[in-house]
Amino acid sequence: MIAEAQRGPYSEEEPSIRLEKLGRQQPAKRKPIVRYQSIHKSFGELEVINGIDLDIFSGEKIALIGPSGSGKTTLGRMLMTLEEPTSGSILIDDEPLWQMERKGKIVRANEKHLHRIRSKIGMVFQHFNLFPHMSVLKNVTLAPRSVLQLSKEEAEERAVEMLRKVGLEQKLHDFPAQLSGGQKQRVAIARALVMQPKVMVFDEVTSALDPELVGEVLTVIKDIAEDDDMAMLLITHEMEFAREVADRIVFGAEGRIVEQGTPEQLFENPQSDRLKSFLQRFL
Amino acid sequence: MNAPWLESLPLLADGLLITLQVTLLASLVALLLAAAAGLARLSRYAIIRGIATGYVELFRSCSLLVLLFWVYFALPFLGIELSKVTAAVLAIGLNIGAYGAEIVRSSIKAIPSGQHEAGIALNLSPNERMLRIILPQAAARMLPPFGNLLIELLKSTSLVYFITLSDLTYEAMVIRNNYYTWTPQIFGSLLIIYFILSSCVFVTFRLLERKLTAWR
Amino acid sequence: MWNWDYVNDLLPSLLKAFGVTLGATIAGFLLSIVIGLVFAVAARSSIGPVRWIVRAVVEFIRSTPLLVQLFFLYFSLPMLTPFAMPAFITGIIGLGLHYGTYMSEVFRSGIDAVPTGQWEASTALHLSKRKTWLSVILPQALPPVIPVMGNYLIVIFKETPTLSAITVVELLLTAKSEASITYRVFEPYTLAGLLFLVTSLLFSFGIRLLERRYFGTKQLTGGGKR
Repeated sequence: MIAEAQRGPYSEEEPSIRLEKLGRQQPAKRKPIVRYQSIHKSFGELEVINGIDLDIFSGEKIALIGPSGSGKTTLGRMLMTLEEPTSGSILIDDEPLWQMERKGKIVRANEKHLHRIRSKIGMVFQHFNLFPHMSVLKNVTLAPRSVLQLSKEEAEERAVEMLRKVGLEQKLHDFPAQLSGGQKQRVAIARALVMQPKVMVFDEVTSALDPELVGEVLTVIKDIAEDDDMAMLLITHEMEFAREVADRIVFGAEGRIVEQGTPEQLFENPQSDRLKSFLQRFL
Repeated sequence: MNAPWLESLPLLADGLLITLQVTLLASLVALLLAAAAGLARLSRYAIIRGIATGYVELFRSCSLLVLLFWVYFALPFLGIELSKVTAAVLAIGLNIGAYGAEIVRSSIKAIPSGQHEAGIALNLSPNERMLRIILPQAAARMLPPFGNLLIELLKSTSLVYFITLSDLTYEAMVIRNNYYTWTPQIFGSLLIIYFILSSCVFVTFRLLERKLTAWR
Repeated sequence: MWNWDYVNDLLPSLLKAFGVTLGATIAGFLLSIVIGLVFAVAARSSIGPVRWIVRAVVEFIRSTPLLVQLFFLYFSLPMLTPFAMPAFITGIIGLGLHYGTYMSEVFRSGIDAVPTGQWEASTALHLSKRKTWLSVILPQALPPVIPVMGNYLIVIFKETPTLSAITVVELLLTAKSEASITYRVFEPYTLAGLLFLVTSLLFSFGIRLLERRYFGTKQLTGGGKR
């Protein structure tokens, strides 16, 4: 897997052929694991999300692209319960995230409800957010031990396996300060994966990295994308990568979804002027 | 050059004991109050925040010496009579604890929000986040200002002279009254003793800090 | 327990003593600023021994109690030098020296915050040391630290009762002597405490208001690395 990084992260094969090769089931046959319904979000006077409806199917890989300020990060953060929608609802596995039922009435979800549903979601951040006072191993085993109630041995077993998957099994006892940016992000990915979420948000995970470190992280993500059971919401600027990994690309601007479709549809045949002018900057 | 006042050194040693006793006890009180009030000021519940803020604002605005007088001389009129040591420990602890609360609060607030968010993303409970992620990092940041605060506390114990508690300063004065001509040497030595004590606190905190931030 | 008539009789002398307290506060504060500036500039001297001595003196004064320093100044100085100063003056000097060391730290942080590019530009323009400090560095270093200085004004204010140990007739000493005359202890000490408390609270809220008003907008930037 590390050898791939040296070859370069971008495959030369056509994306559609690749999908067939992997035998990936078309997302349309699956049920939605995430449903954004009429989502609006304002921060004070500033309206960031202006009415978004979006379904993410189980196991689907969605790339969310668009100019800064289009609300894409906010969309991901709302899923991770870091922000609350001003109006609208988010359904995870057919259950509302921010609302719950109490004595027959619909009320705002309490911490217990959020905690239960949040277990299905994971997130990797742009700035890694590793815990600096803990070793790599500890970073990855903390949540399995405290939230999943695994024993030390079980948690460490899972952690080591995950860290091996991201190529960092040699760094178990190092501390974040001793790692490069790319290594930190890979630890962050392992840390989130070990909780086995059903949907994972990747919020611009390579934007804070030096260019030469981007490749190793993208390679790891491509590897993870082989998992059919976990949906991925990739918020990214890396267009080539999005084209390779995503089943569907969603283009958003000014707080709305402007266009969406398969990578071929969007990149080769953009319909809206907005998307056309956006793509001009990249292609 | 003979220095007859040095025969009274045992008196200074007694004074040192009292100074250390008051310093230690007042530090405990101050630390407890600082932790409680500092955390309380970050509470979700407005009432808890309000009480803590009230305590902090009130005791940061008090003059310590006046508070000490009040606790020792005026409280008896409300039916509460305290020994000199208790009064000193209480007054100093309340006053210094209020400053400590601010250190605790600002150290916790200084932890980047990304740490909280990572904790949420991993579905850790709020208590878990505070105990395993936030507080360990905040503790490292708190050490230097707490070291300084402890030195301030040590210096403020000299004020118990005013309520005739026989600490270092009081005993030095007693010695001076018997050996008037040695006044400069007596007070000079007193300054040096306090300096040494302060330095011990400083070095201890430096070592603690180094140990707690090995991961940096 | 609380006698309002007595309070009425008490107030005039307490308020008069409060005036002494305020006088000592302001004088001590001003002296601490002067001494603090001297220490701060001297600590950056190009002459090694000067820096070393200043740092040592500052450390020593900061690590020892004001009360003991006052005793030393008031009782020892007349024996070592031909000077014998009245208690009030000694008190102000004690306050000024003690808090001058704290001020020097405040000024040091303000000076350190001025980008090194400002020093470099001054050298490039052949400005003298004096001109550099007075026209370039200090005008940028001082405004951001004014709120902290304001806090030290309050600290000095609350420390003035310590001066009673060397017979300065300020508020606490007056309350004490009133109590010893009338044997009514509760009212004098409570009033003294309240006077300090209320004045401190008012002043610190005042500082916070000023801070809010002036620090939303004023950011000193002239480029250069910090």
